[in-house]
Amino acid sequence: MKKTAFYDNHIAMGAKMVEFAGFQMPLQYSGIIQEHKRVRSTVGVFDVSHMGEFEVRGAGAADFVQRMTTNDVSKLSEGRVQYSTMCYDHGGIVDDLLVYHLGDAFMLVVNAANIGKDFAWLKEHLAPDAELVDRSDETSLLAVQGPRSRDTLKKVTDAPLDDLAYYHWVRGKIAGLEVLISRTGYTGELGYEVYMFADPLSNGKLFDAIMEAGKEFDIEPVGLGARDTLRLEMGYCLYGNDIDETTNPLEAGLGWITKLNKGEFTGRAALLKAKEEGLRRRLVGMMVDAKAFPRHGYEITAEGKPVGKVTSGTFSPILEKGIAMGYVPIELAAEGTALGIVIRGNAVDAKVVKLPFLQK
Amino acid sequence: MNIPENLKYTESHEWVRVEGNIATIGITDFAQGELGDVVFVDIPEKKDLAKDDVFGTIEAVKTVSDLLAPVSGTITEINEALAEGPEAVNTDPYGNGWMIKMEINDPSELDTLLDAEAYKNLIGAS
Repeated sequence: MKKTAFYDNHIAMGAKMVEFAGFQMPLQYSGIIQEHKRVRSTVGVFDVSHMGEFEVRGAGAADFVQRMTTNDVSKLSEGRVQYSTMCYDHGGIVDDLLVYHLGDAFMLVVNAANIGKDFAWLKEHLAPDAELVDRSDETSLLAVQGPRSRDTLKKVTDAPLDDLAYYHWVRGKIAGLEVLISRTGYTGELGYEVYMFADPLSNGKLFDAIMEAGKEFDIEPVGLGARDTLRLEMGYCLYGNDIDETTNPLEAGLGWITKLNKGEFTGRAALLKAKEEGLRRRLVGMMVDAKAFPRHGYEITAEGKPVGKVTSGTFSPILEKGIAMGYVPIELAAEGTALGIVIRGNAVDAKVVKLPFLQK
Repeated sequence: MNIPENLKYTESHEWVRVEGNIATIGITDFAQGELGDVVFVDIPEKKDLAKDDVFGTIEAVKTVSDLLAPVSGTITEINEALAEGPEAVNTDPYGNGWMIKMEINDPSELDTLLDAEAYKNLIGAS
């Protein structure tokens, strides 16, 4: 099993470790609810070094990334980041990812569990004038998230964070280490993601420096547990739960990053057809008032009949209610629709609500 | 890991404190640690239970788990304080985090439970 460069930090901070996508990762430190609220109120730090990073370079790099992803890469310029998906020819999703325009290259940031699959998929379709390199093992990634994340990072870097707009990146130094900082994240809060060359000694010191800088804001390390509850409160999709090869980006609510008019790309024909025929189902948010909480795989019902399955569900630490996402037939997808979610044999009342669950 | 010597344990991670013919039941320190933050303890009603019957469920943020009767008997009391403060299961699993008291039907069933040493071995604690 792989360890990230921050493994010793996690152990020293008392993390409960779990295996995730072949890595030993922190599930939680103080507890999911406290960590979750810490990110919503001040600032938390996540080790997300398990994520994959690919570099695409060469004369044909832009055309290649444009052909392999659904968002419009021609709109990207150096310094910008774009959320996107990669689709199969049939329109199902290979992965969701971030695309960084680095100037002379592109960086694709993919889900940890999909690194091998994504690399093989890209390699198989690689243009002769583009080069693909897997930088995952040599890259560490920390997410610093929360309303005081900027105040925290400004104490340890001279990178111009005040001028860094959402979904932009900049280079700088933290604790003497060269880093790439982007204003991105998976929490819905002001936040940054910090990429660096993986090295346990220097990376560990950088983590400590950020923890020290954030002390006045009661900074805490945050594990994968709260990462999941934070993203779900925002209605963000998790690959393997809410999206996969059997779902297309249009029904997943990712039409905004699926640019069908940008020109040819893998999956376009199937997605155009799906759009013309009309979507048959839609990923919706559902809220449960009962003191019973929806979980992945639970059945969704309408008038007693099964109509879908919960793809993600949890107790929301902020709303203190059960929240869930799942696919339902399009005629049941309207806000306010009364549905049921079967929790331990009982169909508990659920209502379709607007995403994100947490209206800020 | 806190595993009090004076309690009995089940393989499903409940603890049992016996006083006369009344057993107080909760979940162990190990169990609460594995579950993570407990947000709701659902014990629907006082009723008769056979050994290993499900008497309630415990909802944590990430997971849900059944509560099993360590012995047969009748629930005489439910810890109502958990409705408002379920986090007591995490912070004080052997004290304020108790879940039910039950009248024991057959005291000989207590012999089937694990002692602290056997429970330590079960969870690999030293």
